[in-house]
Amino acid sequence: MAEFKKANSMGEWFDQRLGVVNFSKVMMTEYWIPKEINFLWAMGMILAVMFKLLLISGIFLLMYYKPDVNMAFDSVNYTIMQDVAYGWLFRHIHAVGASVIFLIIYIHMFTGIYYGSYKKGREMIWISGMLLFMLFSAEGFSGYMLPWGQMSYWAAYVITEIFGGIPVIGGDLVVWIRGNFYVADATLTRFFMLHVLLIPLAILGAIAFHFYALRFPHVNNESGEFFDYEEEAEKFKAGDKKGAKVIPFWPVFLSKDVFVLGVFLIFFFYLVFFHYGFAMDPINFDKADGLKTPAHIYPEWYFLWSYEVLRGWFFEIAGVSGKDLGLMAFGFANAIFLVMPWLDRSPMVKPANQRPYFKYWFWLMIADLMVLTEFGKLPPTGPNAWVGFGASLTFLVLFIALPFITKAEAKKVGGK
Amino acid sequence: MKEFKILAVIIALVGITYYGIEPYAHSVMHPEVAAADFTFKDVKNVDTSLAGNAENGKVLVEANCIACHAIESASHPQMMPNADAAAAYGVTPPDLSHAGRIYDKNYLANFIFDPVSAMHLQHKFGPDTGKTFPMPSYNWMTPQEIMDVVAYLQSIAPKVAEGKEGHKVTFEAACGRCHSMKYAGIEATTPTENLKTYMGATPPDLSQHIKSRGEHYLHSFINDPQVLLHGTAMPRVGLTEEAQEEVITYMEEIGDSKKAERETVGLWVMLYSVVFALFAFLWKRKIWEEVH
Repeated sequence: MAEFKKANSMGEWFDQRLGVVNFSKVMMTEYWIPKEINFLWAMGMILAVMFKLLLISGIFLLMYYKPDVNMAFDSVNYTIMQDVAYGWLFRHIHAVGASVIFLIIYIHMFTGIYYGSYKKGREMIWISGMLLFMLFSAEGFSGYMLPWGQMSYWAAYVITEIFGGIPVIGGDLVVWIRGNFYVADATLTRFFMLHVLLIPLAILGAIAFHFYALRFPHVNNESGEFFDYEEEAEKFKAGDKKGAKVIPFWPVFLSKDVFVLGVFLIFFFYLVFFHYGFAMDPINFDKADGLKTPAHIYPEWYFLWSYEVLRGWFFEIAGVSGKDLGLMAFGFANAIFLVMPWLDRSPMVKPANQRPYFKYWFWLMIADLMVLTEFGKLPPTGPNAWVGFGASLTFLVLFIALPFITKAEAKKVGGK
Repeated sequence: MKEFKILAVIIALVGITYYGIEPYAHSVMHPEVAAADFTFKDVKNVDTSLAGNAENGKVLVEANCIACHAIESASHPQMMPNADAAAAYGVTPPDLSHAGRIYDKNYLANFIFDPVSAMHLQHKFGPDTGKTFPMPSYNWMTPQEIMDVVAYLQSIAPKVAEGKEGHKVTFEAACGRCHSMKYAGIEATTPTENLKTYMGATPPDLSQHIKSRGEHYLHSFINDPQVLLHGTAMPRVGLTEEAQEEVITYMEEIGDSKKAERETVGLWVMLYSVVFALFAFLWKRKIWEEVH
């Protein structure tokens, strides 16, 4: 063990033992972020804060929630919502937060696609981000079951049923997931475990991984320009703060983040206190009843687009049933974003609107996702079913065409 | 400026999507229905413009009603325990103490004349169903006699307290024979087994209906259940607008008891957020002055 000199201050004492001076440099004051950014670059910090809010409110809810089919509904709607002091506040923050975090995830994700922030060395940032998206989806789905309302039950029923379409093992897989032949107490308790332990652990790990993945390729900037971070950092440290293309994470980058966060929180708390119906579906205030199917079953809004990709295929094509086609399309839709860095064959790292072909693709994709989301909620009858099919097909075509479109773009711009 | 443009694009995209999946989708799934009618003008067997004579009504009520109905407010106690009454009639007959207050005059008169058509339950108790409603029609009474009965019932209805206690009395009189409300400790006066047989299914517990159905839906539904849920076994009960308001308010007092607290705390938290954002803006400006 190294010999320790007597420390002259508390800071020094900690520095000797934990290397806090270096640590704060690496993590904060000399962690370099590009200066040319807009408020969309604050979404990551908003997500981190939202996750913290969900974690804290979740811990409080956990103190009174009872994962048992006979007690769950009342433990949420009576004990937490009406009996325990400010229990309602934690539930509202948790329920609205779970919905809003997906809005921010989508903005974060489409910002990445718009600015091409998944290319040229940033592939692992993208992949770890998509991993987080999947984990949050699983977290959202498992959490939605816990209040044990009608929509909890029937959404769980419909979504777990999807796995039954997998060839050979499907039937057994559904029983394995549910822990019973139907959605029952065993399903609730295992989803509870997933929601409060396994998935949050995985999320914490994935967040650390996501942050780590940013260290080497660095954060992208608004124009997609590549520059020498070392050189720019030296400029900044030498005092040319205005000339340098980088800013330190603390305090410059964070000061902007905190401001954007402040504006976001006004919006968020407005939803929490005054406009929460979109995140707390009225139907879920009816206790789960396996004998009474609700007139309309739909997932939470953030799953609607992929639900519609599944549902859009309602008729048999070439001997394959609509159900199987839907399942294949659904599998495709959920996996395809993951390989985005390899579908985009153009070397251009620029905002989508400055890319000759990609810009059309990008806005078409956004429009298609909006149509899918909208029709994922509407009853799939009459013309709605065909719009759903069209939008679902468009989604597949868009992603299959992406490598060709971007290849053509690469040729046009000549490798720039 | 550019940042505002980006923000405007995001707000537009999110706004359009929100409009589609919330207000629009809900309007498709739950189309608007005819406005609630608190005059019950579709039933017109009795001329309700006649002035009733409460004294004569008292005689008629004592001769015709109290064999089955209790009227606590006029010292006619319940004849038998709820379980026995339910076994005898299918459902416990209502105590008529509050009838004159909570039921609309026109509805009440026409109900006495012919209960099934007033309740809109012809599909359940019509001639082809083989079932008869436990209360007979008093269509042999003259309109004057019916109005006398109504006048008497109105004269004996006790005033109820303001606020939650009074709302509870109205709720129990209007809904409590079939519906429980667990979160208020209210149990339906008709035992579950009898209810199941009588109604075809157990009527739901109403603890959370203010949330699951919402005020807007309840406003139409209670006024006439058939409009929103065609074929339901729930009768149109004929509440006056005031009585129905009291019922809905009570459902909110029980099902959403923290509403007032939520709205007060909400304002403070939002105010805090605004101040926070303001200070954050000043800090950001100060820091970024050095780098821009």
